[in-house]
Amino acid sequence: MAGVGSACLAVALLTALYAVGASIYGARSGRREWVTSGRRAIYCVAALCVAAFAILEAAFLRSDFSYALVAEGSSTDTPTFYKVTAVWATQDGSLLLWATLLSLFASAVLFLTRRSLRDIAPYATAVLGTVAAFFLLLMVGWENPFDTLAVPPPEGAGLNPLLRHPAMMIHPPILYTGYVGFSVPFAFAIGALVARRTGADWIRATRRFALIAWTFLGTGIMLGALWSYTELGWGGYWAWDPVENASLMPWLVGTAFLHSIMVQEKRGMLKVWNASLICATFTLALLGTFLVRSGILESIHAFGASTIGVQFLVFIGLVIAGSAGLIISRLPLLRSEARLDSLLSREAFFLLNNLVLVGLCLVIMWGTFFPLISEAITGTEASVGPPWFNRIVTPLALVLVLLTGVGPVLAWRRVTPAALWRVLWVPVAALLLTLIALLALTDASDSPASLAMFCLVAFVIAVVGQELWRGTSARRTMTGESWPRALRRLTGRNRRRYGGYLVHAGIAVLFLGVAASSAFLDQRDVRISPGESFEVNGYEVTYREATAKLGGDSSGTGAPISFGAVLDVRKDGEHFVMRPLRNYYTSGDPSLGTISRFFEGEATSEVDVRWGLTRDFWMAVRPDIGSLDAQIREADEKFADSPGDVQALIVAALAERYRSDPPPAAFRAIASPLVVWIWIGGAIAVLGALIAAWPSPEARLRRVRSLYSARLGRELSRA
Amino acid sequence: MEYAIALLVLAAVVGAVLSIPLRRRGEEERRDETRLAELEAAKEAKYREIRDAELDHQMGKLSRDDWRAVDRDLRAEAIEILRQLDRLEGRTPDGGMDR
Amino acid sequence: MDPSRKRKLRLVVALTAAVLLATALIYTSFSASTEASKPSEIKPGQSYELTGKVVKGSIEHRGSDLRFRIRDRDGSHSVPVTYTGVVPDPFRDGREVIVSGELQNGTFVAERDSLVTKCPSKFTEDKKAS
Repeated sequence: MAGVGSACLAVALLTALYAVGASIYGARSGRREWVTSGRRAIYCVAALCVAAFAILEAAFLRSDFSYALVAEGSSTDTPTFYKVTAVWATQDGSLLLWATLLSLFASAVLFLTRRSLRDIAPYATAVLGTVAAFFLLLMVGWENPFDTLAVPPPEGAGLNPLLRHPAMMIHPPILYTGYVGFSVPFAFAIGALVARRTGADWIRATRRFALIAWTFLGTGIMLGALWSYTELGWGGYWAWDPVENASLMPWLVGTAFLHSIMVQEKRGMLKVWNASLICATFTLALLGTFLVRSGILESIHAFGASTIGVQFLVFIGLVIAGSAGLIISRLPLLRSEARLDSLLSREAFFLLNNLVLVGLCLVIMWGTFFPLISEAITGTEASVGPPWFNRIVTPLALVLVLLTGVGPVLAWRRVTPAALWRVLWVPVAALLLTLIALLALTDASDSPASLAMFCLVAFVIAVVGQELWRGTSARRTMTGESWPRALRRLTGRNRRRYGGYLVHAGIAVLFLGVAASSAFLDQRDVRISPGESFEVNGYEVTYREATAKLGGDSSGTGAPISFGAVLDVRKDGEHFVMRPLRNYYTSGDPSLGTISRFFEGEATSEVDVRWGLTRDFWMAVRPDIGSLDAQIREADEKFADSPGDVQALIVAALAERYRSDPPPAAFRAIASPLVVWIWIGGAIAVLGALIAAWPSPEARLRRVRSLYSARLGRELSRA
Repeated sequence: MEYAIALLVLAAVVGAVLSIPLRRRGEEERRDETRLAELEAAKEAKYREIRDAELDHQMGKLSRDDWRAVDRDLRAEAIEILRQLDRLEGRTPDGGMDR
Repeated sequence: MDPSRKRKLRLVVALTAAVLLATALIYTSFSASTEASKPSEIKPGQSYELTGKVVKGSIEHRGSDLRFRIRDRDGSHSVPVTYTGVVPDPFRDGREVIVSGELQNGTFVAERDSLVTKCPSKFTEDKKAS
């Protein structure tokens, strides 16, 4: 089947190239049949990619080690769930996933626009075909996921244990869906520029795709943070690591894009800016994929050195040069249709929010690439750490949250200061009340930045609440509906607006969690023996006993050996038990002794978290297996050639020895206030984005041709 | 071998699928249709702007005078779009609209 | 003031602000950065970000301290390191690590919690090399 997979990719590459040629020819010559054929070629690419992906997936499920990729990234003892997901833990597999998701997305958008945007769509097809062809070329030319081994090994290396975490396994496809999704608005922007149709049509056609991409990218970033928090054993969720930054940058620019396209839709302004933003977003998405795979920057997440760095750089360079050249050549067509009427208007604040978001992205980019920059300038590789990022990003984040609150209350074109005050006094009062309450009741004043953030969060939530209230009462006075009905109809008829407000509230809640957990976290690292206790944040923690289990990790990672601890935690009469673990995976290194192999492979922390709305209590353990060293060495010599079942007995005996006579173990305990609100806020934001992306009743109506005869007055009276 | 056969079969299938639209007689291209779709989209956007402005006014985000001015401009623009739509569809305005 | 002059003024103000902010950014990043150095490059009395590989068999726990040696990525020069704080999961013999601190009496004394281990490449790189 490997041959069939390779053939699928080769034919897909040719088909994608055909799609590019046919749609450009069709658009230039005006022969629609070629455009249709080009569009269908993209559908074929999608079908071929899905087939290739299915073949690879089946090989992983069968544990067919004649596939180099399966031998590298899976093993018979890898749990089934992780066999399915191990496909994209490998470089070749993740390229295939990229290409598959891209072709599916492209097919969906081309199908939906098959009867509209006749000038733009062929060029968009060509752009999407080019991007797909690039990824297919990488696989066909350099990183074929269907490479086979002449002599299949009896057992595979297994999935990297660090990746055996549910969040981590769905994180890549979700992140990729986000990256890929942005290629759709990018393709249509390029198409619009090429076809010289620079109105807002391409935005209307692809706005929803941009929003969906944004949602996926954001969800992917959140899942990555969750993985970091629960799997990496350090207790944080964001480390300003290059790979984390790489996913955040396109998200920030994408956020700016989603806001500024509204200005183009409503006022015909910012056309150059919008085209540049979407090109930048897509370039950053490519860069994100490249950074994870290239290893040019020191990162804890850079999985292995890559052989395709140069190809990526060339393609990114072409994308940047091509889109910049195109935008410059179309500058005369991209003139604004309107002027900024007033600095006190929604469009002015959107522009400000854009500047902050893009500024944030530039700062993060500077910090991320600083090692390369400093090497180029001073000759030595130097890096900036998280403190630098925190110092620069914190003020920008505060401004951003403030704008999140002010933006929604402003009207388009102009607002008088008096009108502004009328809508702002309640949120400002909420802000001040929060400030007074926090100063009087808590020690939040220890961290001025966090205090400011708490107040701004109250402001934003008050704004969103007030918007809903005012909208609902306005509707009630107009229609006389009941409260719940008015609220439902109001939000239902203005999904984009109120979904957007919900996103704002979610982001504010998220920042509440970030501000609280970063400034008021209490952490202790101790090394204690069973029976001993320590205290953190008023919690008294007692190490009750050590545990040692074979093949019994309850979280389903398939780890052969788990050493752990049982701890009693008490605070104010409350009592709970925590069971953090550390999993040990067998090493494949043949130079190690038969018994050492079981302990010298990868080891990962399975932390125990007691989630709470006000405070998380987080615990990781690091057992000292150094105390078993002497016995392990001895066993290595005695049982050098013993069969598997004897080895299992020896390992069981060693584990039992650890359990019954445990040496001191190292613990890290963290009491982190309100950290759970990061995830809740993220979920609220995703919900809001879904509401905003849901087709509105009016958009569904638009597809009905009978609407053509509808009249302005009649339709307005329905609102 | 397996690769070569698969390559040929897949290429043949894809080639057949892609040549179907080419073998069909080129459909009469209606230039107007594109323009029509664009105007429809512009009209919808304009309606949404009018409703948005009205909602903003009701919620006190836009003073009465400001709203009147904005609303008048928007309605004038919307009417212009409707005129163009009518011209394109070869119809004359019916009653109720031409005030 | 006529509108075109006002617009020009606005542009100048915005550009000046942008240039000032960019300068501040560049200045802070250079002053806050730490150089990454190999074990063979470090001298006492200055703080470094030390990168290299953990020497095989050099890891030992002493109380709450962790002691190990780091060697040049492509050489044998090595330096002893003492470290306290959280040890990342992928930390092992032969791994590439980054740790900040300074050299005192021939031993690299690391800052608390500054140890970073690059993700294991065993699952991709070694297989291809072998």
